[in-house]
Amino acid sequence: MPDAILSLSHITKQFGSLLASDDVTLDLRPGEIHALIGPNGAGKSTLIKQIAGEIKSDSGDIHFNGQQINELDAVARSRMGLARTFQVSSLMPEFSVLQNVMLARQSVSGKVFRFFRPVLGDKSLVEPAMAQLERVGLANRAQMRAADISHGERRQLEMAVALALEPKAFLLDEPMAGMGPEGSKRLTGFLDSLRTQAPILLVEHDMDAVFALADRISVLVYGRIIATGTVDEIRGNEDVKRAYLGEEA
Amino acid sequence: MFSLFLEQLLNSLQSGLMLFLMASGLTLVFGVMGLINLAHGSLYMVGAFACAAVAAWTGSFWLGLVASLMAAALAGVLVEMFIIRRLYNRDHLDQVLATFALILVFSEGTRWIFGSFPLFLSVPDILTGTVILPGALEYPIFRLAIIIAGLLVAVGLFLLIGKTRLGVRIRAGEADRGMIAALGVNIDRLYTVVFALGAALAGLAGAFVGTTQSVQVGMGEPVLILAFVVIVIGGIGSIKGALIGSLLVGFTDTMGRFLLPHAFATFLDPSSATAIGSALASMLIYIVMALVLFLRPSGLFGTEA
Amino acid sequence: MTMNRETLINTILAIAFVAVPVIAMGMNEPFIITLATKVAIFAMAGVGLNLVLGFGGLVSFGHAAFFGIGGYAAGILASHALNYEPIMESPFLIEGTTQMIVIWIVALIVSALVALAIGAITLRTSGVYFIMITLAFAQMIYYFAISWPAYGGEDGLSIYVRNGFPGLNTLDPISFFALCAVMLGIVMLFSAILIRSRFGLALQGARQNPQRMTAVGIAPFRIRLVAFVISAMITALAGALYADLNRFVSPTMLSWHMSGEIMIFVILGGVGRLFGPLAGAALYIILEHLLGSVWEFWQLPLGVLLLIVVLFARGGLVGVLAGERKHA
Repeated sequence: MPDAILSLSHITKQFGSLLASDDVTLDLRPGEIHALIGPNGAGKSTLIKQIAGEIKSDSGDIHFNGQQINELDAVARSRMGLARTFQVSSLMPEFSVLQNVMLARQSVSGKVFRFFRPVLGDKSLVEPAMAQLERVGLANRAQMRAADISHGERRQLEMAVALALEPKAFLLDEPMAGMGPEGSKRLTGFLDSLRTQAPILLVEHDMDAVFALADRISVLVYGRIIATGTVDEIRGNEDVKRAYLGEEA
Repeated sequence: MFSLFLEQLLNSLQSGLMLFLMASGLTLVFGVMGLINLAHGSLYMVGAFACAAVAAWTGSFWLGLVASLMAAALAGVLVEMFIIRRLYNRDHLDQVLATFALILVFSEGTRWIFGSFPLFLSVPDILTGTVILPGALEYPIFRLAIIIAGLLVAVGLFLLIGKTRLGVRIRAGEADRGMIAALGVNIDRLYTVVFALGAALAGLAGAFVGTTQSVQVGMGEPVLILAFVVIVIGGIGSIKGALIGSLLVGFTDTMGRFLLPHAFATFLDPSSATAIGSALASMLIYIVMALVLFLRPSGLFGTEA
Repeated sequence: MTMNRETLINTILAIAFVAVPVIAMGMNEPFIITLATKVAIFAMAGVGLNLVLGFGGLVSFGHAAFFGIGGYAAGILASHALNYEPIMESPFLIEGTTQMIVIWIVALIVSALVALAIGAITLRTSGVYFIMITLAFAQMIYYFAISWPAYGGEDGLSIYVRNGFPGLNTLDPISFFALCAVMLGIVMLFSAILIRSRFGLALQGARQNPQRMTAVGIAPFRIRLVAFVISAMITALAGALYADLNRFVSPTMLSWHMSGEIMIFVILGGVGRLFGPLAGAALYIILEHLLGSVWEFWQLPLGVLLLIVVLFARGGLVGVLAGERKHA
């Protein structure tokens, strides 16, 4: 079994009397798409925040790329190669589409504190950024303000920024959110081809996409992982069906 | 020595409580409406001037006091309805600039009406004179009266916030601004009431302090900035934090100014001791603020994320 | 290269700014030259503030602290030199100086250190806390200056003879104006280059969306701290020039009112616009001179104007004239 790129072990997080993450253990292996599903309020976003480093777990360990990262903040984890997208697109509205991606490239290059060369003319940033935009199909929008593009295009831009980070693992938080059927199909195809670049931990509600893409699925209910397995195993799992209370699984 | 110490202690209490009147209004407005209001010091000044003007005109301090409450509250209502209301959804920069502009308008307007020389408020007859306290300290009755008034207001405020329907709405508004509107509370009226309440408290403080010192244009701003320090220490939106912060600042400032030069005098010559002591004393509160921030970035009792 | 509207406005402003004092010199009106010099200095202070305020999105209400530090650098160094009294004798000798270049270097270094200390504490906070805390720290320095008797305290410090600059008669109004104008030009050029650099992109990114910055692996705190220090240095340089202009420095330069005025220069002209501070400072000085000579309480209509600008004309003078920007 290849070593997991990302592994959570006995992660627990409590907010007052609410146990948001209850002894969560899961891992992400190279080349796989591991989907994380669960009913609303299951604690998926809290878990994502703990993985990304935005909140600190009460107990448990997170390992990424062979290193224990419990004490690292979100900035450090991103620099280690963990790229996360947000459920609600988090972009720079006044920047052009291209500038948004260039900023990610700038971070990857490690040369942020440069004060004299104009950034927009810097080929070493512009060219890779344009390449990422072409991959997601936004090249023709490069000069538009991020605030002026459509919702679907913003989700694409969100994806492009994550790609530009050349990550070792993707943490995608409901990338299909708000997308129509056409957009979802395209994105599904895109993510399918993405897994060879880096494994994906995919939080999603769109079950068609999940069943089409996932190598493994983990089901989170009330902060606890109640099942982890292949698509068929999860589909046939009685606990999972019950957890969704008769929702079509 | 004991009487000197007791005197400074009482002065600290007085200054802390007056600061509380300012800070509580400020922190309420911030907690409920999310608005930073630099013109709060102007409302303090309006209260002082109204008291002085009416007291001089009618000969009665008490009428002056009523006038200070009404004038400050009225000024608060007008300002809220015509200007502040447009700022709730703006970013903090706009709020700072607009309320700074209001300071200019209030200050120059007051200077225009009353001139640049300070006005004097005289203590009402039944409160003049001193009372003998333990340690043979002769302490002005008026200052004691202010302390008692300040304590009463503090109690009243806690009761208002804790036990009345208005208080419930205020606390709910602090917790979730969007929700209370959805629940049918008349937001416009609530906000105006909260703003006017803060204004009245500021005006009252202005009248009290104006009597012990003087009434002049610009008297509100140093107090405003101290109130900011209080809120930073106590935490935005917390009345309890405002009280504790105010007392802390009041004591640190007053006792610092009293003790530090003495402390330095033990090993320095008198003039250097006074110089260094007072310089350090004037910086002391800010040092305390920096320390609190270092340990608790959102204040001791901060509710704002 | 096509000339867009903002560039056109900027060019007109630059030409007018240089033309007015030259014409005044021809008409033998040195007072106007002094006013223009004041505009240059205030504009420089505004350029410093604009870096963190306009581009960085940080509402620093304490920039007068740096303006004053620059001023006192000039005042203290000059007074020690003119009195033939060293500042320090042991462990090593530090004497005063009346050379502007040395004074500027001292102003830059001291303000950078103070900004580093203040920024390290204040930039860990955000929103309203940041505003209140920068104000409070500036007040601390103000009260210190008032109560420290060695340099005049509340009465301030006079600089009897304007400090010197190699090859220039600094007492000549037009020469001093030229010096200030050139310094302003250098500072504005530096600011423009900075904003267009990688650092500038990161700074503006941190303003728009700190969460996204973190997610791409750039810590907003470090970017902001560097911006804060640079902006303090620029404002301090302006303060040193101001002290030399007036041949006087006092705690007023450190007051919160001064912080508010510097903000006014930036806002009136247009936040985040390169020539905003120049336009704003010019507008302010013109108003002060024209309105002020007619009505003692001219700051009342200034307040009303400011209110109108904030409530209805967000882009300031340059914004209103040049229109919306395409993208950052």
